[in-house]
Amino acid sequence: MLQIEDLQVMIGNKEILKHIDLEIRPGETHVMFGPNGSGKTSLLMTIMGYPQYRVAGGKIVFKGEDITYMPINERAKLGIGVSYQRPPTIHGVRTRQMVQICAEGDVDVEALAEKMNFSGFLERDINAGFSGGEIKRSELLQLMAQDADLLLFDEPESGVDLENISLIGNSISELLQRDFKLNAHKSQKERRKERTRMGLIITHTGFILDYVTADKGQVLYNGMLTCTSHPREIFRCISKVGYGECVKCAI
Amino acid sequence: MRDLDEKALRAKDKKALLGPDIDLDAYHSEPVSHEYVRDLGILSQADKDRMILAGVDADEKERSGTYVQKDSAVIHARSGQDGLEVIPIKDALQQYDWVKDYYWKLIAVDTDKYTARAKLALHNGYVIRASAGSKVVYPVQACLYLEKEGLSQNVHNIIIAEEGSELHIITGCATAAHVQRGLHVGISEFYVKKNAKLSFTMIHHFAEEMMVRPRSVGVVEEGGLFLNNYVCMKPVKSLQTYPTTYLDGKGAVARFHSLLVGSPGSEMDVGGRIVLRAPETRAEIISRAITNGGNIIARGDLVGEVPGVKAHLECRGLILNKGSIHAIPELEGKVDGVEMSHEAAVGKIAQDEILYLMSRGLSEDEATATIVRGFLSVDIPGLPAQLKAQIDRAVEQSDQDMM
Repeated sequence: MLQIEDLQVMIGNKEILKHIDLEIRPGETHVMFGPNGSGKTSLLMTIMGYPQYRVAGGKIVFKGEDITYMPINERAKLGIGVSYQRPPTIHGVRTRQMVQICAEGDVDVEALAEKMNFSGFLERDINAGFSGGEIKRSELLQLMAQDADLLLFDEPESGVDLENISLIGNSISELLQRDFKLNAHKSQKERRKERTRMGLIITHTGFILDYVTADKGQVLYNGMLTCTSHPREIFRCISKVGYGECVKCAI
Repeated sequence: MRDLDEKALRAKDKKALLGPDIDLDAYHSEPVSHEYVRDLGILSQADKDRMILAGVDADEKERSGTYVQKDSAVIHARSGQDGLEVIPIKDALQQYDWVKDYYWKLIAVDTDKYTARAKLALHNGYVIRASAGSKVVYPVQACLYLEKEGLSQNVHNIIIAEEGSELHIITGCATAAHVQRGLHVGISEFYVKKNAKLSFTMIHHFAEEMMVRPRSVGVVEEGGLFLNNYVCMKPVKSLQTYPTTYLDGKGAVARFHSLLVGSPGSEMDVGGRIVLRAPETRAEIISRAITNGGNIIARGDLVGEVPGVKAHLECRGLILNKGSIHAIPELEGKVDGVEMSHEAAVGKIAQDEILYLMSRGLSEDEATATIVRGFLSVDIPGLPAQLKAQIDRAVEQSDQDMM
C-alpha cells in the first residue's frame, strides 16, 4: 500500500505540492488528471525520490515503510517503478543493458522485447533518437523487467501514434493485472481479487482509459489534489466544462 | 644513412611544437641487455601480468605473431603464419634492402629532438609486414616493455600491409611494476597499400613518472583501410602525440579512435590528423576523454584537399572530478566540394542520467560506473574480436580504478 499524508513539496523556494493526501491500496489503480504545470509529474518524481523535489512536510509510506527520505535506488528495490515521459539518452548504454539492470540480470530480454515489439532496438543506445512511441515501449519493457509493485506512469499516451497506442494501453493493463483473459481455472472475479499491483497513471488526454480500467480518478490542480471520483466521470466533467470549473467544489 | 644522422644531429636539441619540453639528458640510452627467450612462458608472472594489461598475451593464444622488446633488447620475435614477417628493425635494416624504402620516409628525422634521438640512439623496434594478398588469422601482438628505471627507450617501428592484405596489430607499451620514471620515444611508420586493410591498436600502460613521445605517420593507398586505435587509461606524467595519416589513393579510408583517461598528475596531449588528398577518401576521428584529475588536450584535425571527400570528427570529454579537458577540433577544407563536420562536447555526467539509472535500481556509484563505461565503449567497426576484448578489458580495468 502507498500512503501519502499531508505531503508538501518545494522546488527551490516554490511550493509545488500542497498538503497532498493519497492512498493506493494493493490491486488499485488511480488515474490523475490535471492541466500542464499542476504538479502531476512532480508528485510522481517525489514518490520515486528525485532529490530536486524537497519534502517540506508530511510523509510517504510504502509497504509500511516510511520512504520519505529514502534514496531513489532503494525505492526501486522496494518495488516502485516509473514509466517516464521524457527519459534521458545515455550514450553507450544499450537498451538490452537497461532491461538487464531493471531485472537485476535475471530476465529473458528477447522474450520481453518481442512482446513490446521492440526486438530491433535492444542494441541501440537507450533513448537515442527514439520516437515518442518508441520511448514508451522502451519504458514499459523496463518496467516489465523490473517487476515493480507500484507503477507510476507519466502520460503514457503522449506522443504515441495510433498504431502503437493499443499496444501500449494493453501492456499497461497487463502490467497492472487488469487485462481480461479467459482462464479455465479462475473466474474474472477471482482474478480481480488476486490483483496486487498498484498503479498511478497521469493523463492529460484520458485516452488511456480506453484501454485500462481504474478504480479512482483525481484531479491535481495548482499543487492540490481536489476531486476524487470515478475516473470516467471526472474525465467527462473536464472534457465538458474544463479543469477550472471541475475543481470549483474543492477550492 | 649518414645524411639521416647529420640531420638528426642538427635537430638533437630541437623542441617539439607541442607538449612540455623534456630534458633528454635526464634519461640514459645505454643499451640494457636481456636474453632472448624462445618461449615467453618462462617470463615471470609479474611481467606477464603487466603485459596482459597492455593487451599482450605471453601464452600467444590467438595471435598470429609476437614481438617483445624489453628495454633495448628484443627478447622474442616470431611469425606464426606464412606471408607475415615480424623482424627486429635492426636486423631488418642489415638483412633487407627494401626496408630502407620505408625507414624515415614518412617522418622527417629532424622533426624534433625525439625523432632525432630515435635515430641517433636507436634501440630497436619492429618491422611487421603482411605480404600481398595475405590475411592474418589472428592479430599480431607487440610489446615494448620498460624495466630499467630512468631509461629512454628509443624505438622505431615500420608496419607494411602489402596490396590486398589484411593485418591486425596490437601493440602494448608497458612498464614493469617497479618502474617509476622513464622516457618512451616511439617512431611508427605505417604503409597501407592498395586495397589493404590494417588495424593498429595501441594500448599504453605506463607509470606515474613516465614521459611518452610517440611520433607516427601513415599513408593509405587506393581502396585501403586504416583503423588506428589508441588507448591510454593509466597514469602517465606527460604524453604528447599527434599521429598523422595521408589518404593518398582514391577511396582510401582512415578511422582514428582514442580513449583517454586522465588521472591526477597526468598531462595528456593527444591529437590526430587525417589529410584527405585523393578523391572519394573518407576519414573519421573519434575521441573520448575522461578526467578525474588529469589535464587532457584532445586535438583533432581533418584536412580536405580535393573535392568529394567526406570526413567527420567527434570529440567528447567528461570531467568526473577535478582536472581539465581542452578539446581542439579543427577542420580545414581547401577546395569546394568537401564535406566535413565535427562535434565536440565537454561536460560532467548528467545528473538526470544518474537518477534514471538509480530509479532502475542501481546505486549512485554503479550508475556512474555504467555511464562512464558506456561513454568509453565506442564501437569500432572492423576490429577483430580479440582486440575488442582487449579494449573492453582496459575500459573495465580503468573504471575500477576511477570509482
